[in-house]
Amino acid sequence: MNELNFFLIRAGKSVTPDMERLMPRPSLPSAALTALSLILLSSPALAKDLNALVWCDHTDPSLVAPFEEKFGVKVNLKEYEGTAAGLAILDQSQPGDWDVLVIDAVDVHRAVDAGYLGELPADQLPTADFFPQLVMAENNTKDGKTYAVTEKFGYNTIAYDKTKVDPKDMEDLSTLWSGKYDGRIAIYDYYLPVLGILAMGQGINTADITADNLDQLKDPLFKLKAASKQVSDVVSSQTALATGDVDIMVGGGEWVTAVLAADNPNLDWTIPKQGGLRWAQSIGVLKDSSQPDLALEFVKYIVSPEGQARLATASCYWGMPANSKAGDVLTPEQKAVLRWDDQPDYLARAQLYPIPDAALDTKMQDLWTEMMQK
Amino acid sequence: MSPAARERRQGWGLVAPALIWLLAFFLIPFAVMLALSFAHMEERTVVHGFDPGNYVRIFTDWTMFKALVNSIEITLVVSVVSVILAYPLAAIIAFRVPKRWQRLALLLAVLPFWTSYVVRSYAWLLVLGQNGVLNKALLGLGLISAPLEIAATRTATVIGFVHFFVMLLTLTIYANLIQLSPNYARAAQDLGAGRFQTFRHVILPLTLPGVVTGAFLTFVLCIGDYITPQILGGNNELTLPQLIMLQMGRGGNFPLASALSVVLMLVVTLAYLLSARWLRLDRV
Repeated sequence: MNELNFFLIRAGKSVTPDMERLMPRPSLPSAALTALSLILLSSPALAKDLNALVWCDHTDPSLVAPFEEKFGVKVNLKEYEGTAAGLAILDQSQPGDWDVLVIDAVDVHRAVDAGYLGELPADQLPTADFFPQLVMAENNTKDGKTYAVTEKFGYNTIAYDKTKVDPKDMEDLSTLWSGKYDGRIAIYDYYLPVLGILAMGQGINTADITADNLDQLKDPLFKLKAASKQVSDVVSSQTALATGDVDIMVGGGEWVTAVLAADNPNLDWTIPKQGGLRWAQSIGVLKDSSQPDLALEFVKYIVSPEGQARLATASCYWGMPANSKAGDVLTPEQKAVLRWDDQPDYLARAQLYPIPDAALDTKMQDLWTEMMQK
Repeated sequence: MSPAARERRQGWGLVAPALIWLLAFFLIPFAVMLALSFAHMEERTVVHGFDPGNYVRIFTDWTMFKALVNSIEITLVVSVVSVILAYPLAAIIAFRVPKRWQRLALLLAVLPFWTSYVVRSYAWLLVLGQNGVLNKALLGLGLISAPLEIAATRTATVIGFVHFFVMLLTLTIYANLIQLSPNYARAAQDLGAGRFQTFRHVILPLTLPGVVTGAFLTFVLCIGDYITPQILGGNNELTLPQLIMLQMGRGGNFPLASALSVVLMLVVTLAYLLSARWLRLDRV
């Protein structure tokens, strides 16, 4: 048997006649259809549909369905993780391939500077109905022009199982590496929010993190790692919380616990006394969109009360809607899970993600990598 | 045109598609990757040139070098354990299982190939977790007094890998064993060899090419995988592919990711050269 045979096995082909009969084999028509589908899916510009580069919450069918129905179009959604990955996709695409971009609110300027985002008509956006802190003009506008609008937000703080830990302990970050919860902690694998939380614990505002004071975060970060069981992505962290493998998730929040609330009402989250981080995502129209009017309509739908309520409770993860009018559409149960009534206090105590320049960003990532390798 | 020239032309015609394929999907991308590995980043821009800095960093930065060491350690352990488990399994299927049941046995052996790699890894997480199936069974049987810490460790990564690669190796070894004429064993026994001697001096040497082919494929696939260590290892240590993914997906540092990939390819090439020279894969 040679290497080729192995790959044939993985492709559903065979090595010996005995094995051959065991393997499923695609028929020629189905293979042709698959190939055609792949070609169509990988070439968004071929279709006259709306093509949006989004985060996973937008892929909930119930979110885009009303828009598709109203405008009689198909919205093609491609999800990505991390601004660098999103910008790389845009970099490798042809102008006009993409119409809409969802991006971390603190990275809107990066997309603007790279020449990807087009100007939005500010007077057509319902920002007057937004929670004031979520207008985020300093992030969504540049030189007096609006390039994006905030659509959803939440917090990176501490999520926990309230039956396994003392909720009072969760009010103080330093308890996490005091030894009491060793091996019961998962660290959310995203350096910006976790380093931001630790910076606040050291009395450094997230906006004031620099290459010079980054070293101050090393000690608490390494202590936290030593006390933790794992550094994991959203799904692995949720799995660990749900199965009881860990009881605490640093960097978690309502976006982690809300989708598990029905099955596991013991999961809770809080903002410790040192504070927490507020994440926010924005949506904008690509400068080279082939359908800017339709793209704008999509943005307007997403920030409308109905779109906001659907986005807030999208299946991938929940989060607070930026538009406060969504409160009229959400059910009391949904608002309770989102802690709607606590928002004034939470908003006052939370800071935005750090916005590092390229050099600081590299240093932060190097520190994070070193922590994982510890 | 002379017959020899026509034959040469036909020969080139036959190999041309493979050569074009190799050129388009391996040699050109590899050349681009190699060139990129000598570039460097300034701010968020790739600056092309001939800068060996990425390679220097890989071998001098502890975090990077440890990733290389971790990858090689895990891969070697997985390859050895998989061979040790797969050989007897393949031998049982080939020699002990009646012919009519061998198809079913092979079907069971290839079943893991039919499920998604990611789903399989998450499933293992549920099995190996503190409150997982394994711990519950061991606690229920009274074999342990406290749950074992397996999930989010290197052991979990190795278990996840071994589960997959035992099946692959079983197939390659079975394919070798089934081709062996029973006359070899009979001749050895006629000459006075015991069962173990027959296995040690006759069966094993004749099936080694299959073992090494499977082990090499295990090595290649294992050392290049980042999903299993990420899900089952709990990111408590990084492997080379994980580091490559971090540089690409998070840092946008394509030059460093390229250099790491070149190092990964060099390790695989070295493994191939060692195994090919030692055991003559061309005979398989």
